[in-house]
Amino acid sequence: MSAPLLEARGIVKSYGHVEALRGADFALLPGEVVALVGDNGAGKSTLVNILSGAEGPDAGEIVVDGEPVEFGSVEEARGAGIETVYQDLALCADLSPAANFFLGRELLHKGLRGRLGLLDNAAMRARTREACETLGVRLKSQSAPVSTLSGGQRQGVAVARAVTWARRVVFMDEPTAALGVVQTQKVLDLIRRVRDTGVAVVLVSHNMQDVKAVSDRVEVLRLGRRVARFETARVSMEDLVGAMTGAIEQAAEEAVAGQGAEEASGQATTQATGQEGQPEIPR
Amino acid sequence: MSVVESPPEASAPEKTRLRDRQVIWIAAVLAALLVLFSILRPTSFATSFNLLNLVSDAAILLLLATGMTYVIITAGIDLSVGGVLVFSAVAATKLMDATGSLLLGAATAVLTGLAWGLLNGFLIAKGRIPALIVTLGTLGMSLGGALLLTGGVDLRAPGDLNLGLGLARWLGVPVIAWICAAITAVLGVTLARTRFGRHTYAIGSNAKAARRGGVAVNRHLIKVYGLAGLLAGLAGYLSLAKYGITGVSAHSTDNLQAIAAVVIGGTSLFGGVGTVVGTVIGVFIPVVLQNGFQILGVRPFWQQVVVGAVLVAAVYVDQWQRGRRDQ
Repeated sequence: MSAPLLEARGIVKSYGHVEALRGADFALLPGEVVALVGDNGAGKSTLVNILSGAEGPDAGEIVVDGEPVEFGSVEEARGAGIETVYQDLALCADLSPAANFFLGRELLHKGLRGRLGLLDNAAMRARTREACETLGVRLKSQSAPVSTLSGGQRQGVAVARAVTWARRVVFMDEPTAALGVVQTQKVLDLIRRVRDTGVAVVLVSHNMQDVKAVSDRVEVLRLGRRVARFETARVSMEDLVGAMTGAIEQAAEEAVAGQGAEEASGQATTQATGQEGQPEIPR
Repeated sequence: MSVVESPPEASAPEKTRLRDRQVIWIAAVLAALLVLFSILRPTSFATSFNLLNLVSDAAILLLLATGMTYVIITAGIDLSVGGVLVFSAVAATKLMDATGSLLLGAATAVLTGLAWGLLNGFLIAKGRIPALIVTLGTLGMSLGGALLLTGGVDLRAPGDLNLGLGLARWLGVPVIAWICAAITAVLGVTLARTRFGRHTYAIGSNAKAARRGGVAVNRHLIKVYGLAGLLAGLAGYLSLAKYGITGVSAHSTDNLQAIAAVVIGGTSLFGGVGTVVGTVIGVFIPVVLQNGFQILGVRPFWQQVVVGAVLVAAVYVDQWQRGRRDQ
């Protein structure tokens, strides 16, 4: 097991009286696709927000490439090569794909024109086209506003944008939630292609089919903690759902022990044990 | 190799062109009006004297409308421009009376306008108070403040200003019109081609996405409202030069005229869409109507009726386009 690219240890985050994360852990290895799953309210979004710099944790540690970091803002996380594709895609519908691609990072002309703040639209269009082609996102026009694109194309633009700027990690929050079957397949292909470019992907999803189809590993959050981690190829749908709902606490231990990852095993075991002391949420 | 896209939509390029078409449409309406009045009254409408009158009437409103274009593209509104104009004119007059310096007067007008604009922007961006309320409030404050400063009696501009800049011409065109045209041209290019303009559109289109993209949304909004205020201050100084008085009670509907011009010019009240070119045309349509009706002997009140109807039609077209887009 190589050193994690991105690791979170004991992250705690509360909103008033609500404890969204109660000492959550997370680890991501270079070049892998990890699915972050959990029931509603498990703390997935909060964890992603913290790891992508949108929010700060109350306690806990974030480690990137072995170095402890503190992200004060999304920009700082970006500086570390971490990008996020939000569920709502965060695209400006009235702007062109290229304008969205370079939003907040616009390319200026060289020399005097650049000093006057004039945009180099041709260069931005060319680089956008290139990035989209690499990932197989085909756009008819580079200047038509995003509002004229289909849902899948918009998703493609948002993903391509994140991948272009990400050097290490791309978080994708429910990327297939709004898509049909065919477009979902295409987004999953896109995720594989992102991984093939060497960028690690964290897929936040409710959809177990997607998780099974595309991820290398699964980390399960429940009630603000990581309760299990699996290798996707070796885990059954029942075990996944069981870990998410807390129905099978042992499943986590066994699956992790089966991997022979001692460190992970230790963590999962303590968590599973700790879990017993927690009040069960009535379902 | 699979691709992330659905089959190309036949309507996509059509929808795009629709937006550009809107500017072309209103340009055509303006051209039609000009031709119509010229044919009806060739000896009085299409004279250089009358056309210069048109330009001169439109020039100062153009400054207000250009600032308003930026504001409305961010999905905001600025109702305070008329009040800021008057307040800046009063402040400038007071200072010029005290010091005798026209240049100091101009600086005072511009800085006073800027200060009001920054106040608007600060309250809207940081205070999270709706722009409609903030600028309605500052409209009241600035108009009331101007009345307090003057005691309700219009102040006269210094003679040097009124007879100097107010009457000056270059190549036969009033210098005031040149100033307004030059500023509008620069701001038109800024909006269309620079990072500042791009961020303005992005904020109006999706402020959350702009923020996530690293655009300093609050700071940009403060700048945009500051710009609108600055232009209103400058407009105050120029109107002082042109008319010779502060006009404390003459500018209460400036905001509506400016908004009408912007919206007629194809800028969306929902933000994210609009051009300065459209606004220029939108400024001229009411001015040409007014002038034409006067020359034709139509009662000038009709102009208000027609502009009102055109305004409603322009917003209807915008809504309809959004509806088609978001369906």
